[in-house]
Parts: sequence; C-alpha cells; structure tokens
Amino acid sequence: MSALLTVEDLRVRFPTRTGVVEAVRGVSFTLGRERLGIVGESGSGKSQTGRAIMGLTPSHAEVTAKTLSFGGIDLISAPPKVRRDLRGKRIAMILQDPKYSLNPVMSIGRQIVETLRRHENVSRSEARGRALDMLAAVQIRDPARVFDLYPHEVSGGMGQRAMIAMMLVAGPELLIADEPTSALDVTVQLEVLSILDKLVADRGMGLIFVSHDLRLVSSFCDRVLVMYAGKIVEEIAASDLASAKHPYTQGLLNCMPVIGADRHPLPVLDRKPEWAL
Amino acid sequence: MTTAVSVKNLTVSYDDFKALDDVGVDVTAGESFGLVGESGSGKSTLLRAVAGLAPVTEGTIRVENWQLRGARRDKAFYRSVQMVFQDPYGSLHPRQTVDRQLLEPLAIHGVGDGERRILKALDEVGLGSGFRFRYPHQLSGGQRQRIAIARALILEPSILLLDEPTSALDASVQAEVLNLLEQVRRDRKLTFIMVSHDLGVVTHMCDRLAVMQNGRVVERLSSADLVAGRIGEDYTRNLMVASKGFRRG
Ligand SMILES: Nc1ncnc2c1ncn2[C@@H]1O[C@H](COP(=O)(O)OP(=O)(O)OP(=O)(O)O)[C@@H](O)[C@H]1O
Ligand SMILES: Nc1ncnc2c1ncn2[C@@H]1O[C@H](COP(=O)(O)OP(=O)(O)OP(=O)(O)O)[C@@H](O)[C@H]1O
Ligand SMILES: [Mg+2]
Ligand SMILES: [Mg+2]
Repeated sequence: MSALLTVEDLRVRFPTRTGVVEAVRGVSFTLGRERLGIVGESGSGKSQTGRAIMGLTPSHAEVTAKTLSFGGIDLISAPPKVRRDLRGKRIAMILQDPKYSLNPVMSIGRQIVETLRRHENVSRSEARGRALDMLAAVQIRDPARVFDLYPHEVSGGMGQRAMIAMMLVAGPELLIADEPTSALDVTVQLEVLSILDKLVADRGMGLIFVSHDLRLVSSFCDRVLVMYAGKIVEEIAASDLASAKHPYTQGLLNCMPVIGADRHPLPVLDRKPEWAL
Repeated sequence: MTTAVSVKNLTVSYDDFKALDDVGVDVTAGESFGLVGESGSGKSTLLRAVAGLAPVTEGTIRVENWQLRGARRDKAFYRSVQMVFQDPYGSLHPRQTVDRQLLEPLAIHGVGDGERRILKALDEVGLGSGFRFRYPHQLSGGQRQRIAIARALILEPSILLLDEPTSALDASVQAEVLNLLEQVRRDRKLTFIMVSHDLGVVTHMCDRLAVMQNGRVVERLSSADLVAGRIGEDYTRNLMVASKGFRRG
C-alpha cells in the first residue's frame, strides 16, 4: 500500500510558566488508504498529533519531526499558504469539541455552504442542496430546520454531525476524525461510521479515527495505535485488540463497564511509571 | 421514599419547535436515574430545564422542596443541585485558570477551606496539582471534562445532573470517574440524573432509565429489564443491537 501520510518522530512541546509540557514525544506511523484507529489515555497526545498533521498547533508551541509528509508534500517545510490550501480541501479534521470549533455567529448551513464554495466552483443553490443532502446523510432529522440554526442551538450530537458534514462536503483525501461520534447515540453512530467506511472503500480516503470507544475501534478500524504519555506504546490489528500485549491496553479492555456485568467498583489501572518513559 | 426530582407534562419550545413534548420523569431521593436515546431527542434540554436553563412553556418541575416556575432559581438551589454540562469547553470560563473556576463556587456560597478542597477535587478526578494554574485551552478534551466534574462535586450538592460526564474519557479514566461518582453517591446519599449514550455505562450506574426519541419519553424500564432483554419498544431494542459495535456490509 502506498503511503498517503508518513509521520516520523513527531514531537509537540508547549512552553508554559511552570515548564515545558511534552504533549507528543516521538510518534511515528504511516497511513495508507485505510482506517487507522488511535486510542489512548486522556491527555496522551492524540488530539495534538492530529492537530500537528493539520497544521493547527498553537503558534507558541514547537513542532518537530524527522518526516511529516502528505502525498509527497513535506509539511514541515511547506509555506503557510500551501498548508492552508491543503486544509479543508485535501486534509480535513473533525475537531473534538465541534460546537466550539464551529463559527458561533454563522448558521450551520451557511458554514457548510461556504466550506463547499471555497473548494469547488458551484452555484449558491447547488451548494445549498448539497449541504442539505449532507445533513440528511448524517441522519439529521429535519435538515431544513437545522440548516438555519446556530451552533449554540443544536444538541451535542447534532453539532458533531454538522462538523462531519462540513468536513466531508469537500471530499478530502485524508480525514482526521477526533472523537467524531462520542456524542451520538449508538444507532446514529453506526450510520455515520458507514458513511466514513464507504469513503475509505470507494474513494480511497485515508482515515485516522481517534476514539476511546474500544468496541467501535475494534469493529470498525483496520489497525490501532495505542498512545500513552505522548508515545505509541502498541500497534495492533484492530481485530486482535482483545489480545493486546501492553499492560495499558490490557487494562483498558478490563476497565470497561459491560452490559450485564455487575462489577462495583470497576477495576482500575495500576499505572506503572515505566509506561511513561 | 421521597421524590427528589419530579417533572410532569413538561414542554420546552423554541419558536414552533418542541424540544420536549409532554415529558414526565420521577426520580427518588438517593436514586441514580438514566436518560438514553436519540441524538437531538431532548436529553440535555430536560436536564437544562431542571437547572432553569431552558424555556419551559408547559408543565411543572419539583426538586426537593422547590416548586419551580419559569427559570428562576435561588442561590440555595444551586448549592443543592449541580450540573455537569455535555460540552465542558462551553461551561468553563475560557480566561480563568482551573484554580479560579474551582474557587468561584466556594466563594459564592461562602464555603471556606478552599485550598484543601481544590487539591482534593483535582486529585479525585486524577489530575495532579500541576493542572491547577492551566487555562481550559491548555487541557485535553478529557482533562476539561474532569475539571467540570470536579467543579460540580466541590460544593457537595445533593442532586447531580450529569450530561455525558465520561464521553471524552478513555476507559481507564472513565472507570476511575464512575467509581468516584458511585462512592460519593453512597457516602452522601446523592441523587443522580445521568445522560449517556453508552448503555454499558448507564446500566452500570443507574437503577432505572428513560428512553427518549423526538422530544418524548418512549419507554421507561429498569436496567435489569434492559439487560435481560425485557424491552417494550423497537427503538430501545435497536439501541441494544447497535451497542454491540460496527458491522461491515
Ligand atoms: N496549550 C497547551 N499548553 C500546555 N499543555 C497543553 C496545551 N495543549 C495541550 N496540552 C497538554 O498536552 C497533552 C496532550 O493533549 P491532547 O489534547 O493531545 O490529549 P488527548 O490524547 O487528545 O486527550 P483526550 O483523550 O483527553 O482528548 C495533555 O496533557 C494536555 O494537557
Ligand atoms: N436555543 C435553541 N434554539 C432552537 N432549538 C434548540 C435550542 N436548543 C436546543 N434546541 C433543539 O432542541 C432539540 C433537543 O436538543 P438536546 O440538546 O436536548 O438533545 P440531546 O438529546 O441532548 O441530543 P445529543 O445526544 O445529541 O446531545 C434539538 O433538536 C435542538 O436543535
Ligand atoms: Mg483529545
Ligand atoms: Mg445532549
């Protein structure tokens, strides 16, 4: 499989008043036209890894990598204009807090329309039609009503789906989805996943799927990276997740509340300092 | 058994749209009650209505001894009832440090011993004192969610409204937070109303639950019934099937 994205020794550091926070500490992986899952501890650097690939790291932070290339373009040395042009069109990211990443003073529908028109030469009415279709595809009950709502007027899961619609409307080659379905009920979740699945299978999109939902990741993704304290501690075929080797991953599987199991309190991890070395 | 929260015939409207349509829920003191259902069905709106944050057009809400009308809530109400919002980003003040956000409820309600309470609250949600002087944008999604939980717990309320409180947490931190919530509920006889789309979480935490769709409660059942498949509505059954994971094809 030819690599769409190559990441080698990616590091993200934040200088703060109380010292440097090393959010990402040497992450390496390649991505083809596949579904790559990233799971990991809260604060382990999943979102910052995605943001660095997108070029959305806050400006005061330091990003370094031996290689960070997308479709033959060296992202580290690429001028800001090249990165801006890639963003949204060829690489898209569904951010973890969608309602607060959307523009608060523009209606949901207009944001999708503007995104589409920025990347494609389509008429206003065609754009509107495609935006409505996209909202319907992500299972929004009444697309015409939601089209005119502002971000603060939609539910958590509707905001998430609006952001998904906006990111998919331009047809990216690489989609980084950061917890894209965490606010969706399970039936809608599966509908949205099957849209993403089709884009990978039919259009050859590369997908990075960040999620803490192990059941979804193991049933939906091809491969899984497990992150802990800024590093990848394990890489495993998604279908083999249940037989993971790293004690963090094993512990994760054991901590989940399972329907029908009556375990009070839930088992918790005994985190070893050497995991974070 | 006393009723902690009683919602009757509640309707919440935004212009012509009914976000809640004749909804009723009764929650016993000390109980943990779950809300599950379709995205956009009105789960957050129901919690927000109880907290006085949604435009109620019909129906009544009683919380402990408060018979509530409109959106007015007195200070004592917010000492007793705390809410963890679904979007922690939106509920935390962007320009205040974690320390300020935890101190503020204590100051408003004249609770002393702030230093000790703040350190304890951070520790309980698995965040060390290193996070105390960070701003919300300097935290990961799950870290922000844990600050929101710490802030709701710091006043030791008697009723907690929890809107997807662990949706941004990995399974290991989620287990710690759920254990913490269960422990404080036991120790302080707390009442919970908890929204979650994760049926594993809801059945673990709640005795009874209501299933919502399109602004209405479509089914009320116990967690035991749900687990055993004693389900009345197709919609609820679909949720159970979908919670098994993704199937290609
Ligand atoms: N602006 C910042 N200044 C300092 N530290 C930061 C900043 N932004 C993020 N961090 C830290 O970087 C680390 C990685 O954050 P990141 O958001 O990538 O975590 P994550 O794996 O996505 O976690 P979650 O699952 O909770 O969303 C966290 O410990 C976070 O506190
Ligand atoms: N200020 C508002 N103006 C217009 N409509 C609103 C407003 N606030 C909420 N709504 C609508 O009320 C409905 C219910 O929203 P609510 O947030 O309660 O859903 P939810 O069940 O919590 O969904 P989710 O699981 O996605 O969070 C949605 O259709 C939403 O668009
Ligand atoms: Mg994150
Ligand atoms: Mg909600």
